[in-house]
Amino acid sequence: MSETKLAPRDQGAPDYTKFLHPVMVDNYGEWDYHERIKPGVLVHVAKSGDKLFTVRAGSPRTMSADTVRIICEIADQHCEGFLRFTTRCNVEFMCREESEVEPLIATIGEKLGWPLGGTGPSVSNIAHTQGWLHCNLPGSDAAGSTKALMDDLIADFTQEDLPNRVHISSSCCQINCASHGDISIIVQHHHAPRIDHNNMQICELPKVVAICPAAAIRPKLVNGKESVEIVEEKCMYCGACHGQCPSMEIRDSETDTLSIWVGGKMSNARSAPTFMKLAVWGIPNTPPRWPEVSEAVKKILSAYKETGKPWERVGEWIDRIGWAKFFELTGFPFTRYHIDDGPEALSTLNRSAMVRL
Amino acid sequence: MGNDAKKMVMNTPMLDELESGPWPSFITDLKKYSEKRPVITQLLNQLNDSYETKWNYWQGKIINCSGYGGGIIARVSDKSDVYPDLANFHTVRVIEPPGWVYSTDALRNIADIAERNGAGIIQLHGMSGDILLLGFDDEGSLQCCEDLMNDGWDIGGSGAAMRTLQCCVGQARCEMACYDTMKTTKHITDTFIEYLHRPEFVYKCKFKLSGCGNDCANAIVRSDLPIIGTWRGPMEIKQSEVAAFIDKKGLDYVIDNVIARCPTNCISLKTATKEIEVDDANCVHCMHCLNVMPKALSPGKDKGVTILVGGHRTLKIGDTMSSVLVPFMKLETDEDLVKLTDFIDEVWEFWNDNGMDHERIGEFIHRIGMGNFLKGCGIEPDPRMIREPRTTSYIKFEELAPSRMEGEREQNPPVWNREPESSETM
Ligand code: HEM
Ligand code: SF4
Ligand code: SF4
Ligand code: SF4
Ligand code: SF4
Repeated sequence: MSETKLAPRDQGAPDYTKFLHPVMVDNYGEWDYHERIKPGVLVHVAKSGDKLFTVRAGSPRTMSADTVRIICEIADQHCEGFLRFTTRCNVEFMCREESEVEPLIATIGEKLGWPLGGTGPSVSNIAHTQGWLHCNLPGSDAAGSTKALMDDLIADFTQEDLPNRVHISSSCCQINCASHGDISIIVQHHHAPRIDHNNMQICELPKVVAICPAAAIRPKLVNGKESVEIVEEKCMYCGACHGQCPSMEIRDSETDTLSIWVGGKMSNARSAPTFMKLAVWGIPNTPPRWPEVSEAVKKILSAYKETGKPWERVGEWIDRIGWAKFFELTGFPFTRYHIDDGPEALSTLNRSAMVRL
Repeated sequence: MGNDAKKMVMNTPMLDELESGPWPSFITDLKKYSEKRPVITQLLNQLNDSYETKWNYWQGKIINCSGYGGGIIARVSDKSDVYPDLANFHTVRVIEPPGWVYSTDALRNIADIAERNGAGIIQLHGMSGDILLLGFDDEGSLQCCEDLMNDGWDIGGSGAAMRTLQCCVGQARCEMACYDTMKTTKHITDTFIEYLHRPEFVYKCKFKLSGCGNDCANAIVRSDLPIIGTWRGPMEIKQSEVAAFIDKKGLDYVIDNVIARCPTNCISLKTATKEIEVDDANCVHCMHCLNVMPKALSPGKDKGVTILVGGHRTLKIGDTMSSVLVPFMKLETDEDLVKLTDFIDEVWEFWNDNGMDHERIGEFIHRIGMGNFLKGCGIEPDPRMIREPRTTSYIKFEELAPSRMEGEREQNPPVWNREPESSETM
């Protein structure tokens, strides 16, 4: 490793006050209400009467420096040199005059060609992770599968005709960097890690033993060298040890599959936040376009669109209609693997005589 | 470095399948950009290999800038014999501007630094909130950090350390915001910057800040310490706008979508006058009615935050959802902000002194129980922290235990003590 030049300079977070659109500066903390003008276009109205129009475009998240510069050009041309990004990796261009909105949209179309939407009751951009592009743990790709899935869901991004907003997330291992979503896609492993005893990194041994949630890893001498063994019956194929130690290889290109989870909700609106639950498992991991994932997600979305009531998020919709109906509407098989055996298992059973018949 | 990369032919039949369709293609973008940074040809060829074999070719390693324990995520390729310029191809984690707001000058500066020192691939943004810059060799990573520092940016957030924070747009552009999420994010980042740079905790710790219960920053599930805006006392109601809303949408819509959807049934509708009345003491600030009628309803004047604790994703004990730690706290003045960070410091101290290696705060609470956690942190229990009181009858009531002889060790050693002998000092 080369000589380091850096001395610690604890500079902290950038001074955001210099990065705010002037209308934001003038009306900071003094906003009154907002309206959705059309999909992808919002107006926020301040108590002062000032307005700030926002045009939201779906970004691929991973971009070249040149594309970032194009984004800057657009913001210079129409937005007084300011812009922002959202939690779900959309880019937001803002302008103060309504008359600027259409020219802005035209420039975005011309220079970037990115779709506008993700506002109101629509499918927003997919929160996704590194995948094969740049992580050390993935069993699948994230940016590529996101691109393929958003191609298929484009109408749900550019229109606002779902019961409520839908957040999708896509993660390439069980660590699940993209977190919970109304619909969430995750890689699933199907056997215990295969240990590379020759490459065991001795320094990590105590850590790798400690990290196993199932206490399935034991130190063991193998061919006279310090290594570990796995108690297969205890192991639940989570891959936590693989995150700690590359010699605990859990991935398997032959057997890894994807599963889809539904009903995760972070917002407190109406009902308390919820974790996502297993909807369908055993979906093949099929690059480059993962058509089976698209098909399953579309089944969920079309059932939700047809039978969801306004403002119901996916999880709230299923709560109302019941899981039996969810499996009926989507056609996904309900199996014994859908019944939880984790820490919250007992509380997930129907502990009542209240049954839809 | 990227510029010197050996010219190689782009051969990516699988990735080419990701170039059609309406959604923007990062493949098309990067292919074009490979003319400037030929190393990207190798990157995409390797990615294409992964698509063919369903196998990943990146390994991790450790690189640190001196004085920093976090900020660079080092990646080395298993295929560096075929793709020599991927031998070292690291990510730099940059602390993002709170709320992800940028001037074009600032964003161009990021693009220039990324391009000058490496492959020029930028992710806006990482799932931890930060700016991710991809594709630096060892030297390039350090030079990139140096350049970032010189231009006023900062890096950090990997290992057993505090992560970059993440917050919603808040008061900058949202009428729902009950506190200044951006300012608070900057305050927490700056106050605890040493914890972001140098891993010193038993494990990682994440903050996410949302201006209201809509939680646009995804705080409650995705952070150890979510800070969510709220208010106490009366909600602001513009009755004329309520009437206008009823006229526009009809009574049925309002009954079905506002009145009936309030989780605590605290809104009543006066059909004769087209007004609503809110039982403010029973409102849980879920935000639903405000979302439906943003013109008519606004958060009340006495604003503040609810602080929660313990959220994290599945590893190791399964998902934990954050739960209420401080039901309400004012967060308006600079003193309030200092009070907040002092409070966090106390919580951290207890966790770091007593948590086990690799134990997130939520896992720690799961092991020792919230009651013990509160005692350890010196926080008074409050019924708003729970959904319901306990149903388990096995309880160690310290106050009711028989008194002990002087000098004898405490009867009920706290559950979190791994070695009960040491409890005399507790
Ligand atoms: C050396 C190992 C690790 C590295 C290099 C690493 C790196 C990263 C990166 C780059 C991201 C951002 C992902 C993206 O935006 O594409 C991320 C996010 C995340 N990581 Fe890790 N990670 C590691 C281990 C872990 C482990 C062991 C866990 C589980 C405890 C974990 C949990 C997460 C979560 C939950 C997120 C999402 C963050 C959020 O919601 O704020 N990571 N990590
Ligand atoms: S989900 Fe897993 S494989 Fe994907 S980026 Fe996160 S840690 Fe890496
Ligand atoms: S995969 Fe999970 S359960 Fe199995 S040994 Fe590794 S850490 Fe333990
Ligand atoms: S969390 Fe609340 S305050 Fe923040 S952007 Fe979302 S709605 Fe606005
Ligand atoms: S904010 Fe939620 S709890 Fe409060 S009145 Fe509105 S709907 Fe009811």
